[in-house]
Amino acid sequence: MAQAFKTKLRAEGISMVFKRDGNSTSVLDNISLDVGDGEFLCLLGPSGCGKSTLLNTMAGFLSPTGGEVRIDGEVVTGPDPRRIFVFQERGVFPWLTVEGNIGFGLFKLSRGERERRIAHYIKLVGLQGFEKAYPQELSGGMKQRLEVARALAVNPDTLYLDEPFGALDSITRLIMRGELLRIWEAERKTIIFVTHDIEEAVQLADRVVVMSARPARIQQIVEIDIPHPRDISSPRYLELRDGIFEQIGLAHKI
Amino acid sequence: MNSLAQPAKWEKVLWPLLAGAVFLAGWHFSVKYSGSKIFPSPVDVQKGVAELLRKGVLWGYIVDSLRRVGVGFSLAALLGIPAGLILGWYPAAGQVVNPVIQMLRPISPIAWIPLSIVWFGVGDAAAIYLIFLGAFFPIVVASMNGVRNVPSMFRRAGRNFGLKPAQLLAKVVFPAALPQIIMGLRIALGIAWLVVVAAEMIAVDSGLGYLVIDARNSGKRYDLVVAAMLLIGLIGLMLDIAFRRLEKLKSVRWGFRLEA
Amino acid sequence: MTLLVRLRPVAFIAVLLVAWHIAAARQAVHLLPGPIAVAFGLVELAQRGLLVKYVVASLFRVTWGFMSAAIIAIPAGLAIGWYRRAEMSLNPLIQIFRPISPLAWIPISILWFGVGDVAAIFLIFLASLLPLTLTAINAVESIPTVYINAGRNFGLSPASLVYRVLYPAVIPQLIIGLRITLGIAWLVVVAAEMIAVNSGLGFLIVDARNAGNRYDLVVAGMVLIGVIGLLLDTGMRSLEGIRSLRWGYSED
Repeated sequence: MAQAFKTKLRAEGISMVFKRDGNSTSVLDNISLDVGDGEFLCLLGPSGCGKSTLLNTMAGFLSPTGGEVRIDGEVVTGPDPRRIFVFQERGVFPWLTVEGNIGFGLFKLSRGERERRIAHYIKLVGLQGFEKAYPQELSGGMKQRLEVARALAVNPDTLYLDEPFGALDSITRLIMRGELLRIWEAERKTIIFVTHDIEEAVQLADRVVVMSARPARIQQIVEIDIPHPRDISSPRYLELRDGIFEQIGLAHKI
Repeated sequence: MNSLAQPAKWEKVLWPLLAGAVFLAGWHFSVKYSGSKIFPSPVDVQKGVAELLRKGVLWGYIVDSLRRVGVGFSLAALLGIPAGLILGWYPAAGQVVNPVIQMLRPISPIAWIPLSIVWFGVGDAAAIYLIFLGAFFPIVVASMNGVRNVPSMFRRAGRNFGLKPAQLLAKVVFPAALPQIIMGLRIALGIAWLVVVAAEMIAVDSGLGYLVIDARNSGKRYDLVVAAMLLIGLIGLMLDIAFRRLEKLKSVRWGFRLEA
Repeated sequence: MTLLVRLRPVAFIAVLLVAWHIAAARQAVHLLPGPIAVAFGLVELAQRGLLVKYVVASLFRVTWGFMSAAIIAIPAGLAIGWYRRAEMSLNPLIQIFRPISPLAWIPISILWFGVGDVAAIFLIFLASLLPLTLTAINAVESIPTVYINAGRNFGLSPASLVYRVLYPAVIPQLIIGLRITLGIAWLVVVAAEMIAVNSGLGFLIVDARNAGNRYDLVVAGMVLIGVIGLLLDTGMRSLEGIRSLRWGYSED
């Protein structure tokens, strides 16, 4: 169980009500969740259910209307370089080169140290030879890896990924999942990963948090007890996957 | 999108030359057959250009026009870009000031001529002021909109990496808004070039605009009028080309639609 | 937004007007009429019947010059954009003519048409013609190939391809071009009226100054030019708000 981890992030009774034109919509309803240090957690739910909103409150971009998020016991009040939010590949800065993007958050370091880190992360995400390239010259998968590298370069202890592979084709997406796991195993960051793809969640996560439609509540937390690399045709994988399919109320037949 | 197949390389030279030749021939013969004594033919214009070059006033006039545009436009950019950035950055400031800008903007800079002569007298300062007015508002509006249109994702990413507001403005908002600012500068430069000619026709006695009006008033030298117009066109074209170069820089290229 | 926030711009304008008033009242040499003098100037123009007459005269010229340019430039630009060789031929000529300030044509237009409405309309026509042509060319060239292919795929004839695909696809860009060009036309009409005719708002400004340094009327004329320019721009912008065209304007 998750108790094997030290708790990194604790969300307590998070509620979020958006008010617009006099109407109020409840998006998050009393969500409590612990995330372990170094854990890979997936938030899974249908589009528009509010899982991104939850991620944004955890990252400090939104303040919840009820409850609080604590990281290492400290209340989250705003964004912080110790925890980096990775958008879909659209978040890379188009006016900076690959190097410039990766070095973006490293402005406090000395020049030598900065260059060393940039080189390290370019290698980690396999963008050697593209140091001077601009994002518009890169493919979608490369941009996504660049954004992950930019996030890792500032050595955050938590990464928030908001459907990071949603805009990629299915082959690139599979490759990127493998890359992300490789990087996670090398760096052991805490990762909170939002997705609406059940297969993706079961392939990646230590635990999958299944969320209901709006207002989002935690429907179930599924522990994926298969060691990496995961065999996605193993009976245990299929069992867990189908369990989630049922949980969400989908028949797994087309 | 075009309906026809890719033209061959030689066509890229042939067609423009052909069109140019047709145009010149049409001009030449229509002057000849209309029997106009006043309107110049291409040959007259070419002689006119030669005459201007020989007399040596031309360089002085070009330099005068360029200086006025240069000073007025630079002042407009120097004040307009920071003003636009601030108005875009602080929505409250934008909300308060924007209506005033929208009211002042459509006043043709040329309508300011009488006031600018009262304030600055007949001379360079009046012309520069008019050019400044013509260029200032497009630059402010482009910079303001540029900042407003910066995707919130970029701002968030900047904040996430721990940037302070001043750093965020310098390292994220400004570069993200730069393509729109450059586009605004280019439009403003075009307007400045339009206004300088008008200002020189009315408010000063040198420059290419003055050359146009002077050639007409002192002896109906329409060959010189057209020669001066051609020069205005050519210099304007060169200014525009220089600006387009700027848009090709890699760090701003992303902001412009790829051209066919 | 609360009412107080909404009133802030109004308050700012009021502050500017008061500052203008104080500055005008305290000046030693008479350089600037105050806002009250300008308001009386507007009333005087209205009473003399000049206000409506000059506004109508200016709008008349802009309408004719701009409309005739649009009628010629848009079909021409669309055709030029569609046929690559036509674009190749004419592009250099257009590029040289475009930066010639339309005002530099004033002597020629007076030579051809004499002092009067036609000369001014011709200037506005010239000022609008090339920007509109270029807008139309760019609009055609930036139609995504998929639209054309989809149209062909559904078996449209060339004529219905133009009417049902090409035309709706270029409209949003054309409207932006029309709006910007109308702004230029409004700028040019003022200049043209200062030099080439003896009515209209541009003439009002020059005339008020020359005939007795009536700077209150000069500024009144400027106010009118600003207000009408703003109305024209707002009118064109409301076209951009039409639903079936909205897709062409990216909003973040």
